[in-house]
Amino acid sequence: MVNIEKQIDEQTGHYEIIVIGEVDASSSIHLDEALTTAMTESKHILVDLRGLDYISSAGLGVFMSNIQEIEAEGIRFVLFGMKEKVFEVFEILGLDQLLVIKKDKEEALEAVK
Amino acid sequence: MLSQKGIIRLSVIFGSVFWSLLTIVDMMTLFSQENNIEFGLPGFVANLLLTFFIISVLTFYRYNIGKAESVNFVELLWRVFVFGLIATLVTLMIEFFFSIFGAHKFAQNLLIINLFYHVILGLVIGFLISTYVVWKRLILYQKSKSLLAAWQIFEYALMMTLIFDLFSHDYQDTSFLVLYSILALIGIVLSFNLKWIAYLNFKQKWRSLLFIFLVVIYIWYFFKSLMSYSEQTVLVRDLLDSVYILAVITFIVVYSLISFLVILFNLPTTSVFERKIKEAVNFQRLSQSIPAGESEEKVYEILLDSAVSAVFSDAAWLEIHDEEDDVELTLTYNLQKKEIKDIEKAFEKSRFKKVLNSEFEKNTVYPKISANIKNTLNRSVLYFPVLIKNRKIGSLVLLKQVDDGFNKEMVDIIDTFVNQASISIENFRLLNEAIVTERYKEELDIANRVQSKLLPDDLVSTEAFDIHAFTVAADEVGGDYYDYFQLDDHRTALIIGDVSGKGTSAAFNMAQMKGIFQSLVQLDLDPKDFLIHANSALSRCLETTSFITVSYFVIDSNEQRINFARAGHCPSLFYRTDTQTSDFFKNKGLGLGILRNSNFHKYVQVNDFEYQPDDVLVLYTDGVTEACNASKEQFGMDRLLAALTRYADQQPQEIQKGIIDELYEFCGKRSLDDDYTLVILKFK
Repeated sequence: MVNIEKQIDEQTGHYEIIVIGEVDASSSIHLDEALTTAMTESKHILVDLRGLDYISSAGLGVFMSNIQEIEAEGIRFVLFGMKEKVFEVFEILGLDQLLVIKKDKEEALEAVK
Repeated sequence: MLSQKGIIRLSVIFGSVFWSLLTIVDMMTLFSQENNIEFGLPGFVANLLLTFFIISVLTFYRYNIGKAESVNFVELLWRVFVFGLIATLVTLMIEFFFSIFGAHKFAQNLLIINLFYHVILGLVIGFLISTYVVWKRLILYQKSKSLLAAWQIFEYALMMTLIFDLFSHDYQDTSFLVLYSILALIGIVLSFNLKWIAYLNFKQKWRSLLFIFLVVIYIWYFFKSLMSYSEQTVLVRDLLDSVYILAVITFIVVYSLISFLVILFNLPTTSVFERKIKEAVNFQRLSQSIPAGESEEKVYEILLDSAVSAVFSDAAWLEIHDEEDDVELTLTYNLQKKEIKDIEKAFEKSRFKKVLNSEFEKNTVYPKISANIKNTLNRSVLYFPVLIKNRKIGSLVLLKQVDDGFNKEMVDIIDTFVNQASISIENFRLLNEAIVTERYKEELDIANRVQSKLLPDDLVSTEAFDIHAFTVAADEVGGDYYDYFQLDDHRTALIIGDVSGKGTSAAFNMAQMKGIFQSLVQLDLDPKDFLIHANSALSRCLETTSFITVSYFVIDSNEQRINFARAGHCPSLFYRTDTQTSDFFKNKGLGLGILRNSNFHKYVQVNDFEYQPDDVLVLYTDGVTEACNASKEQFGMDRLLAALTRYADQQPQEIQKGIIDELYEFCGKRSLDDDYTLVILKFK
């Protein structure tokens, strides 16, 4: 089960998606929806993954399928706060080379500007 | 044991023999009386012969007349009627004979008279006993234990009278009268068992009345002629002096009279009973499951038909409009389809509507309504929604040409019919769904068999290494892949892959990967080029959210070197014998199908290393490391590494077994949620 929230920082206009729980094949649909909406609404997107416990290959597929659009549209897209176990999954697949992944929110805010 | 047929035949033979002997003995007795000759045989010998004759006839009918079933009541009565008719005709003929030759000396001969009397005696006994057995069958229809016991007492008492009759008695004896009274009393009590009458339809009741009436007439006639014989002439044997015969006659007459009256008074209510039976039959038809292959329409037809006949409806229709299951039909009874609209209009306008749903019924969204309507031929309407799983799929509308044509009983019965029809339809649909699911399962089984062919069935160990693989899919088909190819006499290509997701879609992508491996491997590319080509090919065929991770190895046994590249796949494990340590190859890489442009080559890093004999290479998929125990802890790379170190001195198969056993023990179960694969090489 996954719980996805979104909020828009009124000062900076940054779009923030907060993912809590586990992303597997069935819940990855919600993640995909959230990402798609975010990308139409903002060019500065932060994804808070501090509450993410597990991500399956289907969940990774959601990030992966958006990489080329993020590049093409020039969107600032930053993931942050991954647990080590989750980061390892990104790393093994090589997604850490394609996505901006930061340790904490401050670094992420810096990167998303 | 004798068969039933054998017993019937024997009883006929014995009956004839005993009757003949009885006649002869009686004639001889008469002859000796007339001529004042001392006759040697005592009186009870003849009585014994009569008793044996009665028992033979009883046995004959006992086996000849079958059990009473609701279908053959009239048939049983018909038999009694026919036998009675024959006996009456014969008796009449004898009477006719005497009336013609009445004046003749020959006709006044006592021997002749007594001989004819014996013929009548035989026929009357036959008729009485056949009637008695039929009455018995009717009384014992739907018998209870107590009724059976009462009947047995009656029957045994009758048997006792046969013994009593062995010693000639006059009907004025006290003992005779007492015995007779007791039997008559039991007979009367038993005569109030008339359940069979309820099962006769109107026509059968009339016929039964006729037959029973005739039976009474016969008996009256027989009794009269037997009386006249006993009054007018000297009889060597008077049948009316037998308690048995008198008791049987009394019983038959009493039962005839009672059943005659009961049938007569039951005639007016027959139609109600018939209707109830029909309702029960219709209900049963509705509740029968529809055999697979037939359509639901049958149930709707039965519903309309039973509903119409249960409430004597003048016209009706049943409309089914189920979008979900694509059923669309309108059945009508005594009505044109075009008339439906007018009636519906009148129904909507009606000011005399009554909602019939009881208060505790949850479904007031779809009310059952009775109403009176105007301006049509039909004056009252009964409207019932047809629901399946609380979803309305249609409606049943019954019409009558009188106002307020539907009472509470009718509404109740229609309610049961509609409910039962819904259940039947629901069951039918569930059954069909089950069949479809079963078919999908079979398809998946086939997919499973096809897919298992995609993996090499036996990994052949070479001069360079021993190899062993183990793979399990979480579903029928999986997305894990491994394969190998002998490039030349000293070089082998080896691949392990994991398709994102699992199940059928993963299995299709895995098949694509197999095709790509098998075609590219023949080009003898180095690992980097192999991955670049594979990525480019997969970029064109994978859907956007799918990717495949692989590790590709080229093993050179001449140089004892392994050249490899990792495309997002779990880092492979390597155990070194000289240091007795295991480690991961964590070079950089990116999954295939993730970056679908020419930049992919930037992310491929080729690595190579030397191996020594007894070193072990372990390839696996993330199903192994990501397997969780009950507290959601993953098996992880460290445990895998430790397990390999523990078993590395053994053969590949034992290493695999050791690792998997530890994995299962860690998870606490033997079925994991993901596909998992292990390929183990031990170098020589």
